[in-house]
Amino acid sequence: MQFGIFTVGDVTPDPTTGRTPTERERIKAMVAIALKAEEVGLDVFATGEHHNPPFVPSSPTTMLGYVAARTERLVLSTSTTLITTNDPVKIAEDFAMLQHLADGRVDLMMGRGNTGPVYPWFGKDIREGINLAVENYNLLHRLWREDVVNWEGKFRTPLQGFTSTPRPLDGVAPFVWHGSIRSPEIAEQAAYYGDGFFHNNIFWPADHTKRMVELYRARYAHYGHGTPEQAIVGLGGQVFMRKNSQDAVREFRPYFDNAPVYGHGPSLEDFTAQTPLTVGSPQQVIEKTLAFRDYAGDYQRQLFLMDHAGLPLKTVLEQLDLLGEEVVPVLREEFAKNRPADVPDAPTHASLLAARKDAPAEEGVHA
Amino acid sequence: MKLVVVSAGLSVPSSTRLLADRLAAAAAPAATAPEPAPAEVRVIELRDLAVEIAHTFTNGFPAPALADAFAEVAAADGLIVVTPVFSASYSGLFKSFFDALGVTDADALAGKPVLIAATGGTARHSLVLDHALRPLFAYLKAVVVPTGVYAASEDWGADGLDARIERAATELAALMSGPAGSPTRRPLPKRDSFEEVTPFAERLAALGVPGPSPAP
Repeated sequence: MQFGIFTVGDVTPDPTTGRTPTERERIKAMVAIALKAEEVGLDVFATGEHHNPPFVPSSPTTMLGYVAARTERLVLSTSTTLITTNDPVKIAEDFAMLQHLADGRVDLMMGRGNTGPVYPWFGKDIREGINLAVENYNLLHRLWREDVVNWEGKFRTPLQGFTSTPRPLDGVAPFVWHGSIRSPEIAEQAAYYGDGFFHNNIFWPADHTKRMVELYRARYAHYGHGTPEQAIVGLGGQVFMRKNSQDAVREFRPYFDNAPVYGHGPSLEDFTAQTPLTVGSPQQVIEKTLAFRDYAGDYQRQLFLMDHAGLPLKTVLEQLDLLGEEVVPVLREEFAKNRPADVPDAPTHASLLAARKDAPAEEGVHA
Repeated sequence: MKLVVVSAGLSVPSSTRLLADRLAAAAAPAATAPEPAPAEVRVIELRDLAVEIAHTFTNGFPAPALADAFAEVAAADGLIVVTPVFSASYSGLFKSFFDALGVTDADALAGKPVLIAATGGTARHSLVLDHALRPLFAYLKAVVVPTGVYAASEDWGADGLDARIERAATELAALMSGPAGSPTRRPLPKRDSFEEVTPFAERLAALGVPGPSPAP
């Protein structure tokens, strides 16, 4: 099982000091957080993609390429890559390039974004959001698997005799996750291709996540990729820890109360009761995270949101120390217990390459 | 048969709740007649849910008690909705309940029989039913019964309210118990819900896109 972090990349004032980091500070902090993730033994760093203030990460492969050069093991991913408003040709090129530079330590997560005006800013119609995700991803899927593509669709100019370069590393397309909080259509899309499905899992009650994951698992089996239990599931999570749980609550409360998404809404206590947010000791984080398996089944990837709402870099790095030293080693051990042998790990470049060598005829379906 | 009453009265006791109870008492037996057992009635007092309704807008999802209320509304065979008149319209809390319901299920009221009612200090506001409530529920695709019931303070001591309650309740009951093929009795197809997802190949075909390519 993989453990990692995902970042939104928001530039938010620290509510305890009123200070807002500069964009440069925030971007450098994101890099420092990624490097720390590798240092403390995490497996994955994923960055969001946004095209409006107060967010900085508009150019994920630039950042991930820089992180790739400074890390050895970390898998570089996104949370999410906008399959709706980006040109699928550019996504194919950018991520194949990143794959070569990072020696295959790359996957990505498709999403539709959460900011309405991004669609018109990029010349798209938000009412076509699902259709854009469907058509664009279908093209992206082909561009990584066919050397020469002839293509015509509804949303972009046709392609005749087009070859996306560089070709994917070793001829193996990056593994793709599809992220959605509330659209069954996207769970269906992930299942159809045999791709991974990621539920952000942090803003909604667990029963909602459960229904999305169950739908994806059932449809994954329906399309013949394996049993429902073998489907590739990722979950988000959000935690704030101190050795003493009361210290965690006291320190995190002003950040929670002013957080961009849920601030000025419910109390910290209500929100932790109703959603997967955990604010407390490392042991409490372990217990709550292990319980995700009760509703999502044995899964492949757990990403934590650690660096939002104006938390200072120093605090985030301390959080990552706790995560890497006290939480993830226990989670690895506990999640491995009673895990059926036929539940796969999250696909990596190495595993996809090996699978293709074993069964070349199936590569197009499973990769 | 299930009748759900949504009351936006704020005081205890409230004339809004009083009107809601009168309407429910008339409609519940009529909906199941000639069966002796009346329709099951569940009353949702929005006052008790006010904070959870507000949090639905800040969180994007309803807290447990509000989610239960939404489930009751979704499962209802008919609704009685009653609001006090505030600033010449339904109350903000009343509107917010239905806005929050729409966050979780935009079609929750589609095809559902709804009896609209309102209370106010003076009869001057009685057209609130036809100028505010009826368009709201028409937008939500509900089937609004022809007679709405408005009760001003003076109506509680005058002739006429009984007859309007009786008439409106009878109309609601008729829609609730209508023939199985009538628009209000037919379950709406729920595409792209957890229950029924459009098969992906259909989605690709609608765009004229071929399925995934064979292996290279």
